[in-house]
Amino acid sequence: MGIEGVGARVARKEDKRFITGAGRYVDDMVVPGMKHAAFVRSPHAHAQIRNIDVTKAQAMPGVIGVLTGKELKADGIGNLICGWMIHSKDGSPMKMGAWSPLAFDRVRYVGDAVVVVVAETKGQARDAAEAVDISYEELKAVVDAPKALERSAPQIHTEADGNLIFDWELGDSTATNAAIKAAAHITRMKIVNNRLVPNAMEPRAALGHYDKAEDHYTCWTTSQNPHLARLVMSAFYNVAPENKLRVIAPDVGGGFGSKIYIYPEEIICLWASKKTGVPVKWVADRTESFLTDAHGRDHVSTVEMAFDKDNRITGLKVDTIANLGAYMSLFSSCVPTYLYATLLSGQYDIPAIHANVRAVYTNTAPVDAYRGAGRPEATYLLERTMETAARELGVSPAELRRKNFITAFPHQTPVIMNYDAGDYAASLDAAMTAADYAGFAQRKADAANRGKLRGIGMSCYIEACGLAPSAAVGSLGAGVGLWESAEVRVNAAGTIEVLTGSHSHGQGHETTFAQLVNQRFGVSIDSVSIVHGDTDKVQMGMGTYGSRSGAVGMSAVAKALDKVEAKAKKIAAHLLEADEGDIVIENGALKVAGTDRQVPWFQMALAAYTAHNLPSGMEPGLKETSFYDPSNFTFPAGCYVCEVEIDPDTGVTEIVQFVAADDFGNIINPMIVEGQVHGGIAQGIGQALLEGTRYDASGQLLTASYMDYTMPRADDLPSFKVSTSNTPCPGNPLGIKGCGEAGAIGSPPAVINAITDAIGITDIAMPASPSTVWAAIRGTKH
Amino acid sequence: MSEISLTVNGKRVSGAAEDRTLLVHFLRENLGLTGTHVGCDTSQCGACVIHVDGKAVKSCTMLAVQASGSSVVTIEGLADGADLHPMQAAFKEHHGLQCGFCTPGMIMAATDMIGRHPEGLDEATVRAELEGNICRCTGYHNIVKAILAASETMSSKGKVRQAA
Repeated sequence: MGIEGVGARVARKEDKRFITGAGRYVDDMVVPGMKHAAFVRSPHAHAQIRNIDVTKAQAMPGVIGVLTGKELKADGIGNLICGWMIHSKDGSPMKMGAWSPLAFDRVRYVGDAVVVVVAETKGQARDAAEAVDISYEELKAVVDAPKALERSAPQIHTEADGNLIFDWELGDSTATNAAIKAAAHITRMKIVNNRLVPNAMEPRAALGHYDKAEDHYTCWTTSQNPHLARLVMSAFYNVAPENKLRVIAPDVGGGFGSKIYIYPEEIICLWASKKTGVPVKWVADRTESFLTDAHGRDHVSTVEMAFDKDNRITGLKVDTIANLGAYMSLFSSCVPTYLYATLLSGQYDIPAIHANVRAVYTNTAPVDAYRGAGRPEATYLLERTMETAARELGVSPAELRRKNFITAFPHQTPVIMNYDAGDYAASLDAAMTAADYAGFAQRKADAANRGKLRGIGMSCYIEACGLAPSAAVGSLGAGVGLWESAEVRVNAAGTIEVLTGSHSHGQGHETTFAQLVNQRFGVSIDSVSIVHGDTDKVQMGMGTYGSRSGAVGMSAVAKALDKVEAKAKKIAAHLLEADEGDIVIENGALKVAGTDRQVPWFQMALAAYTAHNLPSGMEPGLKETSFYDPSNFTFPAGCYVCEVEIDPDTGVTEIVQFVAADDFGNIINPMIVEGQVHGGIAQGIGQALLEGTRYDASGQLLTASYMDYTMPRADDLPSFKVSTSNTPCPGNPLGIKGCGEAGAIGSPPAVINAITDAIGITDIAMPASPSTVWAAIRGTKH
Repeated sequence: MSEISLTVNGKRVSGAAEDRTLLVHFLRENLGLTGTHVGCDTSQCGACVIHVDGKAVKSCTMLAVQASGSSVVTIEGLADGADLHPMQAAFKEHHGLQCGFCTPGMIMAATDMIGRHPEGLDEATVRAELEGNICRCTGYHNIVKAILAASETMSSKGKVRQAA
C-alpha cells in the first residue's frame, strides 16, 4: 500500500469544490432562456378529477404554458412502470396499475401531479399554479396496508383486485410447518417496520432542454443512475430515442435509493421544454420531497421461529404485508421479495424457511428501495425475534446467536442465497469486546443509582450487496442486467481518465477509484480523473445503489486496468527489447525485473500514441473498456451493540454507546468506509428513535416538513465506535463486499433490543419517541 | 421591486429584486453564488447559513431587502485566496462531508460557533450547537471531529498571533 494506494486513508479529491461552495448541483445549473416549472398536485389522497380549468392560470403574469395530463397522453408519453416482474404463488403476474406522469382521470395520493405550469420565474409559476382550478370528487382513501386488503377498502386501481399486487412466497412451506410442529420452543412476534422518508439533503430537481435545431434533448437530473434514466425515459416513456437524449447527473446531494427511480417530474420537464420551446427547470421544495419522493420500509409481519431442545433454530415462518403506496415505483416489487425474503436466514443455519409476502396498494406515496432496501426489514424481523427468543429461553442473546451461526462456507440457505465467505463469530467477539459487554451489569447498576434505566442490545446482520449477477436477477424477474462498465483512457502524456457507469453522490468515487489506479500503475491520484454521470461521455452503465460501486463498479475498472496493463507491458517490452513476462510496474515506471532497465510510464504512454515504434501489428493508442458482471452477490455482515439510558420521568432515550464491528471484505479507503458506516448508523438510529411517517386516515401526510418529521440531529447521536474484521470476498477480483447500507441495516434492532432490555418489555413501536417510551414504562408499571 | 445594495464577500453589489425575494435566492439567482443551498422550506436544515454583519444567519429566514446595507460573507468568501479557512481544511482532513450539500451551511455555522465560544469547544457543546444544521450522510461523527480540530487549530493560531 502506497500513500495513495488501496487501503490508504486518502483525503478526498472532490472535497475542494464542496468546501468552497463550488459544487455543481442541478439547481445550480443555468441554461440561457431557462424558465421555471411548478406542479399542481392533488390535495386529496383519492379522488376522481371532474374538471381542470387552466384559463385563469394561463392569463397570470409571466406564464408561458399550463399543461395537463390529457396533452401528455396525446403526445404519446408513456406511463411509469415497475421494472421487476414478480409472479404470485398462483403463477399470475403482478398487477401493475397505470401511473400517468400527470394524472388526468383519478388521483391516488396527496402529491399526485396533475398540472404543470411553466413561467418566467419560480414565483410566477407558483402563483399561477395556485390559480389552476381543479374540481375533484373525493373518494374513500386507505393508508394502512392490512386495511387495504379488507373487503370494505376502496379499490385503488382497476387492475389490482382488492388492492393486492401480488401474493408471493419463497421457501419450503411443508418443511417449515413440520419444523414448527416438532419444535421444543416457538417464539412468535408481530413485527412492524415503520415507513421512512429518505430525505437526501438536496431535494430532487430536473432541468429539461429541448434543442429544436438538433431535435435533441438534454436532462440534468438528481439521479443515482443517469444511464438507466435515459434507457427508461426512452424505451418506456417515449420521451425521445436514446441517441437523442443526453442525461446528466452532476453533483448529487445524497440519494439513499430515493434518486434511483425515474419520477414524473424529469419526464415532464423534457416534454414541457419541447411544448413551450424553452428550457424548463423544476426544483422540489422540501414538502414536495416528503410528499413525492419514494418512501421506504412499511412492512407488517408475523414471525414464528422454532427451536429444538438444544436451542438450535429448526424453522422460520414469516408472513409479511408490504405497503407499496399508490403506484408501483421502478424497483418497488423486488424490495419486499428478492431483497428481503432471501436474507431471512441471517447469519444462522436454519434448515427450513418459508416466507409469504403480499404487496398492496394504498393511497400513500409510492414505496421503493431506501438505504438497505428489504435487508433492513429482514434483519429487524430476525434480530428482534432472536433477542426475544433468548429472553424467553433464558439464555444469553450473544450465545444463542453464536450457537446458531453459520461457520462453514460456501453455505446454501433455503432462500436462494449462497453465502461465499464470512466469520460471524469474529464480528461478534470484536463488538462485545469494544462494547465492554462484560461490564454492562455494573454500568446498569450505576445508572439505576442515578435513577436511569440502562439497557443493552445487539444485532447480527447480513446483507446481500454488489447487485448482482445479471443472469441471476434476470431469472428472478429483473428487467435489466446489473453489470457495470468502465473505460480507462491513458492519455499521451501518461495521465489517466477513468469513465465509470457508477455514480457518486457522496461516496467519494473520485478518490477511491483513483486509488485503485494508483495501486496498479503508481500514477499519482492527482493525475487520474474520474468521469461519471453523463450519458454523452460515459458508455452505458448501471449506476449506484445496493452498495455496488466498489464490488461491481470498481471490479469493472480493475478489468479494464488488466487490459491496459497487458498492452502497456507489451509496449514496454518492445521498447526495452525484453520479454513481456519480465516487465513489472513499479514507482511509475515499467521495468525489466531484476535489472535497472526501465521506461517511465509517461514515455510508454507517449510511445502508444506516437506509434513510431510499436510491436508489429499493434494498434496505436492506450484505452480499454470492460463490462463486468459479478458471479454472485456479496455478503457483508457484522455485529452491532447499542447501549441506552432512559430517563423514566421523561421517556427520553440517550444512546450512550454504539459499537459497530463489520466485515466488508477488502477496503480501498478506511476513512470513507467509516464515514459510510457512521451515516448508515445515524439513519438506523433515526428509524428506531426519531423518524415516524404519519398519514391521517384520510391520507394527508402529517409529517411533511422538518417541523414534523424528526431528522436525526447531532445532539441525538453519540460518536460511534466502528471497526472491521474482514474476510475478502471471493466473488470479485478486488475482494470487496460493500459498505454503504450496513449501518442502516444493522442498527435499528440493536437500538430496540436495548430499549426493550432497559424497560423490561418484549416490544416497542418504532420510532421509540419519548412519548412512546414514557407510555411503555407506565404500561409495565401498571 | 426594490433596489438592494450590500457588500458580499468584500465586494459592493446591487440589484433589483421582488420584495418577497429571500436573501438566499438573491445570492443564488441574482449574484450566482450557488454555494449557499436550500434544503428545506422551514428554516430547519441550515444548508443556507451565511454570515450577515458577522453573525450566522439562515439566509432563507431573511428577505433580500432586509439585508440591504449589510455586509455578507458566504462560503465562497471564506477562504483567504488560495488558502482554505481552517474550518474548510478540517472538514476535508477529517472527512466531515460526503455529498457536500449541507457542507457550506455546516462550515459557516461552525466558524460562527467558534467565534461565540472563545473558551473553546467540547463535543457536547458542538453537538448542541449544531441543532440547526441537518446532515443526512455523515451521522455528524466526522463533522463534530472536524469542528473540534478546527477549534484547536484556530485557538493555537490565535495564541501565536497574541504572542507575536
